[in-house]
Amino acid sequence: MKPAPFDWQAPETVEAALALKSVHGDGARFIAGGQSLVPAMNFRVAQPGVLIDLSRVAGLDSLAWSPDGSLRIGAMVRYRAIERDAEVARHLPLILEALAEVAHPQIRTRGTLGGNLCHADPASEMPAVMLALQARMEVRGPGGTRILPAADFFLGPLTTALAEDEMLAAIMVPPLPAGAGTAFLELARRRGDYAMMGVAAVLRRDGAGRCAEARLAFCSAGPTPMAAPGAAALLVGTALAAADIAAAAEAAKAEIEPMGSVQASPAYQRHLAGVLAARALTLAAERAA
Amino acid sequence: MKVRVTVNGVAHEREVEPRLLLSDFLRHEIGLTGTHVGCEHGVCGACTILWDGEPARACLAFAVQAEGHDIRTVESLAPAPGQLNALQQAFQDSHALQCGYCTPGILMTMTAFLAENPKPSEEEVRHALSGNLCRCTGYQHIVDAVLLAAERGA
Ligand SMILES: Cc1cc2nc3c(=O)[nH]c(=O)nc-3n(C[C@H](O)[C@H](O)[C@H](O)COP(=O)(O)OP(=O)(O)OC[C@H]3O[C@@H](n4cnc5c(N)ncnc54)[C@H](O)[C@@H]3O)c2cc1C
Ligand code: FES
Ligand code: FES
Repeated sequence: MKPAPFDWQAPETVEAALALKSVHGDGARFIAGGQSLVPAMNFRVAQPGVLIDLSRVAGLDSLAWSPDGSLRIGAMVRYRAIERDAEVARHLPLILEALAEVAHPQIRTRGTLGGNLCHADPASEMPAVMLALQARMEVRGPGGTRILPAADFFLGPLTTALAEDEMLAAIMVPPLPAGAGTAFLELARRRGDYAMMGVAAVLRRDGAGRCAEARLAFCSAGPTPMAAPGAAALLVGTALAAADIAAAAEAAKAEIEPMGSVQASPAYQRHLAGVLAARALTLAAERAA
Repeated sequence: MKVRVTVNGVAHEREVEPRLLLSDFLRHEIGLTGTHVGCEHGVCGACTILWDGEPARACLAFAVQAEGHDIRTVESLAPAPGQLNALQQAFQDSHALQCGYCTPGILMTMTAFLAENPKPSEEEVRHALSGNLCRCTGYQHIVDAVLLAAERGA
């Protein structure tokens, strides 16, 4: 037995889960898919005295579309359920393209989007994708519900805006603008490893084919997922020609703050960011109607 | 805590500590030692089992989480003692194992993969293998075995 002993609680409502967290404070951890928490517990890096299992909490595991085309992903929806959903593939292909790079199928069976975002690993793909999609986080606490834009949710490595007595209940993804083209690309040493650099791009053209909107977000590029609004703004109004894209990709390299890892120095990560941003923008431009 | 789990079609009920990993539950409580334990942090894939039909790491779940679920281990593959199923036979025919430590996890990963993708390309097989480490074979014969099993309609 590797992990230190703990008490197991399996509440069935959000209110009961929050009440348990209030009582036990930072001695307790929520457990979603366990694919980040259990490795940490097996190493005894994490030794929570109480685990509050969210898998039996009613209402956290549903995917729901609103009439306006926005998608609400319950915090306990497993990666596998998202990647099997034909509507997600049709309306939000960026999520699918990035999910294919998240770990391995065996991890995606149990891992959840909510757990992944709360873990807030800056090398993780989904936080960057949520920035690019301008998702909002539905946070529940003893005082009720508050909604945070993805940009305000991620504060630092493994650190989110969640207070000790709060939980993430759902992720709300607005519809992409009509005709938008998206792309996700990353470079990792092996398939399924964390990326040395990854980028999500969203582009929309106006009636004349010029760029009307651009968004860029990177993973493994700083203490949090990193947007590059300055680089994206350079594209607006251009014809998205190769030179326009090259200029934006070059500008993005200065907007990120890669921290380096055993696999890649910050300078190499910056170089990769430029190469991958140019490729992702080119793909997204091809895909934009 | 009490846990009720179906393993290879048989219902089991045990009293366990919450911190007992599913991998240790299968090996020590149920006595099914085919599920191997390598890294115990999700990286090597030796402990891969099927959880309600989907491949998952037994070392990254607590036995109590498997309450009410259907678990399948490598012991469920052979049709009868002394026999091999088509995937296992392809592994033998292609020399796809040396020490065999990684083999149960790879067989369970590939069982789920072939069920979903019965006619994979070599590239797809290599991608599907990325979550399983083998320190002996260099993977080539494993890829050959999976493609052979697919060709034989495993
Ligand atoms: C071998 C391996 C490779 C991996 N590769 C990648 C990769 O390439 N890219 C990548 O992004 N990830 C990777 N991961 C991590 C994986 O994506 C995890 O599944 C994910 O990071 C965590 O999701 P989970 O549901 O398993 O959360 P858990 O591990 O259960 O929880 C993670 C953290 O979030 C907290 N938490 C969970 N849910 C909530 C909630 N609703 N409210 C508040 N707090 C909550 C928990 O207390 C814990 O601190 C890998 C994991 C492994 C084992
Ligand atoms: S023992 Fe489970 S993945 Fe290595
Ligand atoms: S055969 Fe020895 S690890 Fe794969």
